[in-house]
Amino acid sequence: MSPEDGSNLLESDAASVSFKETELTLGLPGESRGLALIEKTSGKRGFSETVDLNLGRSSNVDSDHKKYSGESETDVQNRAKPPAAKAQVVGWPPVRAYRKNAMKGCKYVKVAVDGAPYLRKADLEMYNSYQQLLNALQDMFSCSSFTIRNYLNERAVTSQEVNNGVEYVPIYEDKDGDWMMLGDVPWKMFVESCKRLRLMKGSEAIGFAPRTPSKCSSSN
Amino acid sequence: MLRKASSFPEEMLEHVLSFITSDKDRNAVSLVCKSWYEIERWCRKRIFVGNCYAVRPEMVIRRFPELRSVELKGKPHFADFDLVPDGWGGCVYPWIAALATAYPLLEEIKLKRMVVSDESLEVIAKSFKNFKVLVLSSCEGFSTDGLAAVAANCRNLRGLDLRESEVDDPSGQWLSRFPDSFTSLASLNISCLGAEVSFSALERLVGRCPDLKTLRLNHAVPLDKLANLLRGAPQLVELGTGAYSAELQPDVFSNLAGAFSGCKELRSLSGFWNVFPGYLPAVYPVCSGLTSLNLRDANIQGADLIKLVSQCRSLQRLWVLDHIEDIGLEALAACCKDLTELRVFPSDPYGAEPNVSLTERGLVSVSEGCPKLQSVLYFCRQMTNAALVTIAKNSPRMTCFRLCIIEPRAPDYQTLQPLDLGFGAIVENYKDLRRLSLSGLLTDRVFEYIGTYAKKLEMLSVAFAGDSDLGLHHVLSGCEKLCKLEIRDCPFGDNALLANAAKLETMRSLWMSSCSVSFRACKLLGQKMPRLNVEVIDERGPPDLRPENCPVEKLYIYRTIAGPRFDMPGFVWTMDGDSV
Repeated sequence: MSPEDGSNLLESDAASVSFKETELTLGLPGESRGLALIEKTSGKRGFSETVDLNLGRSSNVDSDHKKYSGESETDVQNRAKPPAAKAQVVGWPPVRAYRKNAMKGCKYVKVAVDGAPYLRKADLEMYNSYQQLLNALQDMFSCSSFTIRNYLNERAVTSQEVNNGVEYVPIYEDKDGDWMMLGDVPWKMFVESCKRLRLMKGSEAIGFAPRTPSKCSSSN
Repeated sequence: MLRKASSFPEEMLEHVLSFITSDKDRNAVSLVCKSWYEIERWCRKRIFVGNCYAVRPEMVIRRFPELRSVELKGKPHFADFDLVPDGWGGCVYPWIAALATAYPLLEEIKLKRMVVSDESLEVIAKSFKNFKVLVLSSCEGFSTDGLAAVAANCRNLRGLDLRESEVDDPSGQWLSRFPDSFTSLASLNISCLGAEVSFSALERLVGRCPDLKTLRLNHAVPLDKLANLLRGAPQLVELGTGAYSAELQPDVFSNLAGAFSGCKELRSLSGFWNVFPGYLPAVYPVCSGLTSLNLRDANIQGADLIKLVSQCRSLQRLWVLDHIEDIGLEALAACCKDLTELRVFPSDPYGAEPNVSLTERGLVSVSEGCPKLQSVLYFCRQMTNAALVTIAKNSPRMTCFRLCIIEPRAPDYQTLQPLDLGFGAIVENYKDLRRLSLSGLLTDRVFEYIGTYAKKLEMLSVAFAGDSDLGLHHVLSGCEKLCKLEIRDCPFGDNALLANAAKLETMRSLWMSSCSVSFRACKLLGQKMPRLNVEVIDERGPPDLRPENCPVEKLYIYRTIAGPRFDMPGFVWTMDGDSV
């Protein structure tokens, strides 16, 4: 392979990359970019002996990038509602989210996951049902590998169920400070009274039955 | 006969220094020589720490033993837009604990974007006998219990300002904790509180504080009670109303209008949640004297806005929703010749289609009609290079220009070209520009202009812009005064960052999220630059579990003499020599 061929290849690559970039797409801002810029970065490095390696890596990076830009919190929450506006990008446009809290109806609650060092916030007003909320929580913490047990049908947790892999039980703290299972009360009432959410490890939830609010000591 | 610095009497220098209050001047004085450093540090009364992790409290205390006022900032600016995950840091408690021991005479604490616990507030309330001013701007982590402690214990409090903070509101009773003998309040801003406060306690408080000049209420204070409050405080200079709607009743209206007429010193109005337009004329008596009007939360239509704004001929600052539309901005430009600051916010930021007729023409009108314009924040859905060039030529005094075109990467809608030329004109003409936010379709070219012309630029915000590392390189190598740089979703990677590593030590901080900086580059930077904290923020898990050239999610780099911090949550890693 002569150097001329090589550089022609790069040039045409660069041309095709920049053409792609100027194409208007309906994709999420940042998503198609991710693909384009990875190609560019690999091209720029120009380590021809590691071309194969780069390609292999860039597909990983692709999926990581896609995962990040495709799975942002706001996008996930928007999937829960019927598609009214177009997909949102986290933090764009740059307007302060807190303003909603100071006024009517926005209901941000903290979501804690047992074992995870950080909290997330969820806006309960974005959902119309427990199912939508559970789906969103599942997506929100999708980087960890667990599932959220859906206890909307009334059963107590038994130890058999818990033994199969890591499962989490969603519970919430209500206005009175009691910890309750999700699904006890109608959705609207739940949104009114929910102060915070916790995804409790299944193993701790044995005996935690719906309709029997038991005081659960929170480590938060 | 030469006089050496050492023979200059200390007392005289101290006296001269008492007139020098700006931080920059004070810092310059301290660099003249060792004895001036010593004299200056003993008489410095106020300190501003732009990044709470840049220095340790003990270091501040050791250098400045006589402080009366401390101002701290915590989280990076992009935390305002949910880009910094909860738990990142910015806890003020270690500072408060240290200050409590070192400065019993401390009078002022001002915090921005910090996590403030009730415990911190209790320590403040009980440690400083002469405490006067508490400002919590965009803070969180505390409840009204903490405020109750401040109210109950700070006998000489002059200012309590909770602007834009998130406060947990278990009880509205905290206001009653100000004792009946407490009369020193001059400024109260509770506009961010979600729940009701006890109105009778508020009324009594307002009535017994003759120095009260600033009162910003929250939306829970009803309109029909506002007149009473105003009659109790006719000396008010700044007022934030509560909810501005009620059933239109003639006696309520005339009572309110009368109360406003009595406030001859009123210069600033804000609040106006849930506006019922029929009540707007009640404020007309004060309009001619207003210099600042904040209608950011007022969902009123253009015609009412125009009527209101046209009466405010002395207006210098206007914050308003895009309901004002181009036609309202034309009216503004015709009436308010002293306007220096304009902020136009989007009423429907997430809507797919424009809901109002607000375009680039509105901003052009204002730039044409208001020659003193120096600060702009403008959300809109379309822009042209031609408009930007016109705006650039019309406003020579501009120091802060922030344009947000809502659709990322939107081109000039007439020519479909990038907006490089428009922003290029902006930075070329605005010789004193200190702050700039970009938006729209932008290539590396715009950064070349910025690096060439924006020599006084201190803060730059970039989103969805640029083509390559060259863009970042232009900014880092060209902008001599750059202090804060925040970037999201741009194809900037390792090369520009590593090539300009030394520049980062001359800046307060650099934020990059959804860019292409690899973990490898972060490690390298952390190794090479011991006076930088290079923080990788990644909620996908530890970055060393992925290939080294994988881009990190978020990167926050700041200069520090405090070394790495130890209060990081599980999704933040500091790159230093040891971690490699």
